[in-house]
Amino acid sequence: MKNLKHITIVLLILVSLVSCQKNSRPNYEFMPNMYKSVGYEAYQESDAFANGVESQLPALGTIPRGYTPFDIDNTNEGYELAKTTLVSKLDSLSIDTARGKELYNIYCGICHGNKGKGLGKLVKREKILGVPSYADRDLTIGSTYHTIYYGKNAMGSYANLINEEERWQVAEYVLKLRSDLKK
Amino acid sequence: MSLNFFRLSLMFLLVFSTSLSAQGDAAAGKSLFNANCAACHKLDKKMTGPALRNVEARLAETEGLDREWLYKWIRNSAGLIKSGDAYANKIYKEYNGVAMTAYPQLSNTDLDNILAYTAEVKATPVPVPVPVGAQSVSNGGDFNNSLILGALALLFGLLAVALVVVNKTLRRFANEKGLEIKEEVKRPSLWKAFAQNQFLIILTVIFLLLSSAYFVYGYLSQIGVNQGYEPVQPIHYSHRIHAGDNGIDCKYCHSSARVSKHSGIPSLNICMNCHKSISEVAETTATPEYSKEFYDGEIKKLYEAVGWDDAEQKYTGDTKPVKWVRIHNLPDFAYFNHSQHVVVGGIECQTCHGPVEEMEIMSQHSPLTMGWCINCHRETNVKVKDNNYYTKIHEQLKKKYGVENFTIAQMGGLECGKCHY
Repeated sequence: MKNLKHITIVLLILVSLVSCQKNSRPNYEFMPNMYKSVGYEAYQESDAFANGVESQLPALGTIPRGYTPFDIDNTNEGYELAKTTLVSKLDSLSIDTARGKELYNIYCGICHGNKGKGLGKLVKREKILGVPSYADRDLTIGSTYHTIYYGKNAMGSYANLINEEERWQVAEYVLKLRSDLKK
Repeated sequence: MSLNFFRLSLMFLLVFSTSLSAQGDAAAGKSLFNANCAACHKLDKKMTGPALRNVEARLAETEGLDREWLYKWIRNSAGLIKSGDAYANKIYKEYNGVAMTAYPQLSNTDLDNILAYTAEVKATPVPVPVPVGAQSVSNGGDFNNSLILGALALLFGLLAVALVVVNKTLRRFANEKGLEIKEEVKRPSLWKAFAQNQFLIILTVIFLLLSSAYFVYGYLSQIGVNQGYEPVQPIHYSHRIHAGDNGIDCKYCHSSARVSKHSGIPSLNICMNCHKSISEVAETTATPEYSKEFYDGEIKKLYEAVGWDDAEQKYTGDTKPVKWVRIHNLPDFAYFNHSQHVVVGGIECQTCHGPVEEMEIMSQHSPLTMGWCINCHRETNVKVKDNNYYTKIHEQLKKKYGVENFTIAQMGGLECGKCHY
């Protein structure tokens, strides 16, 4: 009888140990204070700020080091202004078609198609419709950059996904695709 | 029966009459609509521009505008607005001054076709028949299996009964013939014999100690390892649909993996790049496990968090943070940099994260232990091709180790300070 009691206790402990390992919650750690960062980690919750998160917008009116503000507005007039006056920041030597292509294929090709015909995978699967071919639109480097920066109609802004230099590389690559399509 | 027939004929008449009045080919109109208009217009829902179902009839009824006006508007809306047309200015203002692209290339026939398509009666969704065949097949399989098992059990039962019966009869025969069946000699029980044998006991104790040490070691070494961790996320985001079926590049959403230590949780504006126009999933996206209604509900959660009013097609400004649960998390004492591996090393995301494009629910594929890191550093060759900046040092390393390709470990990838500092 006593034996039976001991065996049940041991079994219960074993079962409880095994049942602690569940895929819906993280495992135990040996020394949590060595695992958890003392400093804030990206996206961490924190009561240091009013909105309760660690990541904050830059203070109003400030710009990061090495960043150039884009002065043209997100309006129809701004679009026209960019189309006629805005010129590429890249000179002929710094245009890197290979990198432009790589970035284009990641961020644009999924809708606009890797050839710029407006036949990306999402369009072919009828998830997103009405993406025009670059050949059918009157584009300049300035209007392309403006569209990447602010988005247009159903297209969103890509300013937070690729930095300024990368945006110009992509814009150059879009115009290259357009001239290839027009041939 | 007669009622059904009546309905059918009515529908037929309706379809016929509308196509007659539109004087265009709706099928051709559909492809033109999808290629030119669908970026900003849907048939039954406001998007960047207004919903276009029955636009011609609606305009004729409410504004007294005819097809000629529509031709002018579609070919050059800016010109029409400038000319001071009252309704043109009204609609332009109503949609916050978004200029409609001019389509001078569309002919009258093209426009008639598009209008014919917009005048089509809305198709009522046909309920998808439940795939009865598939279910009955799987059921049939189960049924067959249990039938076979049952038959086998019955067979064994019969055999056992037969053996008992045979044994009994044999004993009866023996009794009748006067034969004595010898009883076995009483021996000490097995347990007692075992307890008396010291050598066996020592052997057993050693065996028990070793095996329990093995299990304790196994238990201790899995502490802090989260392989297979699969938390419930606040929004059921399916990598299978996005990265698998739709083939969206990992770096489209996790763009900071290219340029920083973190691979970053995408901010919700990246979701809205597509979900501004995708407010519900297609019928074909639903699986037996997750229905279309379920997925549509998850998109609603996204809209609520990002503050997007789907009916009005604009942001309300009322946003809520989504509390995603972090899955891959290295301890603070180990340093890992995504851009170093993704861009410099050119390693596929799947090498460490597993077949994410097949995961309905994201889970941790790799153990992320130090042994796992080190193993990869020992086995992976450095890509020296087209890396002109380091050609000299690469040549020196090759000479030092006398190899054609050297591994990360040979370049110093095992030094403690590389990751722990």
